[in-house]
Amino acid sequence: MSSANNGYRTESRLERVLRSGQFAVTAELGPPKSADPGIIRQKAVLLRGWADAVNITDNQTAIVRMASIAAGKLALDEGLEPIIQMTCRDRNRLAMQSDILGAYALGLRNLLCLTGDHHSFGNHPQAKNVHDLDSMQLIQMVVGLRDRAAFQCGEEIKGVAPRFFVGAAENPFADPAEFRPLRLGKKARAGADFVQTQLVYNVPRFREFMARVCDLGVDKQIYLLAGVGPLKSVGAAKYMRDKVPGLDVPNEIVERMEAAGKGIDEKKAKAEATKRVGIDICVELIQQMREVPGVAGVHIMAIEWEEAVAEIVTRAGLAPRPNGTAGH
Amino acid sequence: MIVAEQKPLEEIRNLIQGAEKVLVVGCGTCVTVCFSGGEKEAGILASAVRMASRVDGRPQQVAHAVVQRQCEWEYIDAVRDQVREADLVVSLGCGVGVQALAERFPDKIVVPGLNTVFMGMPVEQGVWSERCQACGDCLLGLTGGVCPIARCSKQLLNGPCGGSVNGHCEINADTDCAWQLIYDRLKAQGRLELLLEIQPPKDWRTSRDGGPRKIVREDLRLNPTGSI
Repeated sequence: MSSANNGYRTESRLERVLRSGQFAVTAELGPPKSADPGIIRQKAVLLRGWADAVNITDNQTAIVRMASIAAGKLALDEGLEPIIQMTCRDRNRLAMQSDILGAYALGLRNLLCLTGDHHSFGNHPQAKNVHDLDSMQLIQMVVGLRDRAAFQCGEEIKGVAPRFFVGAAENPFADPAEFRPLRLGKKARAGADFVQTQLVYNVPRFREFMARVCDLGVDKQIYLLAGVGPLKSVGAAKYMRDKVPGLDVPNEIVERMEAAGKGIDEKKAKAEATKRVGIDICVELIQQMREVPGVAGVHIMAIEWEEAVAEIVTRAGLAPRPNGTAGH
Repeated sequence: MIVAEQKPLEEIRNLIQGAEKVLVVGCGTCVTVCFSGGEKEAGILASAVRMASRVDGRPQQVAHAVVQRQCEWEYIDAVRDQVREADLVVSLGCGVGVQALAERFPDKIVVPGLNTVFMGMPVEQGVWSERCQACGDCLLGLTGGVCPIARCSKQLLNGPCGGSVNGHCEINADTDCAWQLIYDRLKAQGRLELLLEIQPPKDWRTSRDGGPRKIVREDLRLNPTGSI
């Protein structure tokens, strides 16, 4: 295996970019709340060439959407390198493993292991949630499928084992703050290859987190991509500041968004000016992230604003992306 | 204790519709101390149903009784005669009590007057909080005496999710983050290293996932060869 793959663990293009030491860029594609493949194709066109890999969300915020694996296959066919998100909320270990086998058979090569937002936030709060495994145990299971060619129960996989480049998430801004770097270290020990963080708006706090991560040597065990995202409006900024558990949006950022539209009466022009500043802030955040020791890339979350990614990547000086043809 | 709360009167009245003689049976154990199904509550429910049925012009005879423990045959037998007199029994016991009455008196209609909610304890006067899910494989020795199965909204075993903020769970600010409690407890005891170990996937067979559970203690059985 290793000789055929030149030492790479997987056939992931993202693995090749990260191992080469280039500053990586990942983006995000949210599947539609419908069975329309055209929406995936349209979003894929906006992202193609601007990110090394693209997260395909899994019923994000516990709202039913097209399955991440199905959407990921559509995106793959459009030339993207998908990162399949998988949460522990909706499936037990049987369902997860069968989906993982299927995802690999379809040509998908990256899997991001998540706990999942609680279903009480979503559109089916009456549902029974699962949480058979937690995200740490999901990482171990996916790594076991790959490195030991064994199912979670220990049974050997006879034939092709799924070989995923394994991702994890971490929120540097959640509590208990001093446990967060240790928890990331735990995910690295569980076998995660890369981690994407929650959106960073409070850079000093993120720097403190990263200093501790580096002290622990965790940055040497796992590729860390800092989460960034353009704010679309003053309302969105305030919502994220006030309502989203575990997000830290400093007041200065909200004030800067407010100031952008000041003195502009025409509604559309005002919204446009605010969005411009949202993109400016995102580009600046990326530039700051590049200077933080231990950061191997950025994960750009432009949710339902995929068209912003090309401009952000270009203005941040991260275009063109390596073609990564060493992969598939 | 088992913590329960009374069903709305309208729902209980629908369940007992058509019965002329109704017996409300309270229980003297858990539901007495959580003020949902003791003697007092049984009496109040009986008179509420009586009055409501009279107002509707279809009066029902409603008596009430209480047994010390609705979950054991010996105690249930104390109300055998009153049950015989009734067309229908409303149990104000937990779900165990309802089923014990139904099993003991197979020809009677037995309906629940309570919703059994959880195993927990009063944390202050009038406030009860869940503590145990009976997973059948207690891990409190690893978690500083705070149960993540019962008290973490996602039943995580390897530390808090990304939604823990200021000691609260992401689902609402009234719910403590169990992992913050665990962290604080272990930190104060100088045992944080417990949290660095990766806890493997839980074997849920001991929980309800393995099917309905039963414990057999041969050393205690009076008739060990008999059927269980």
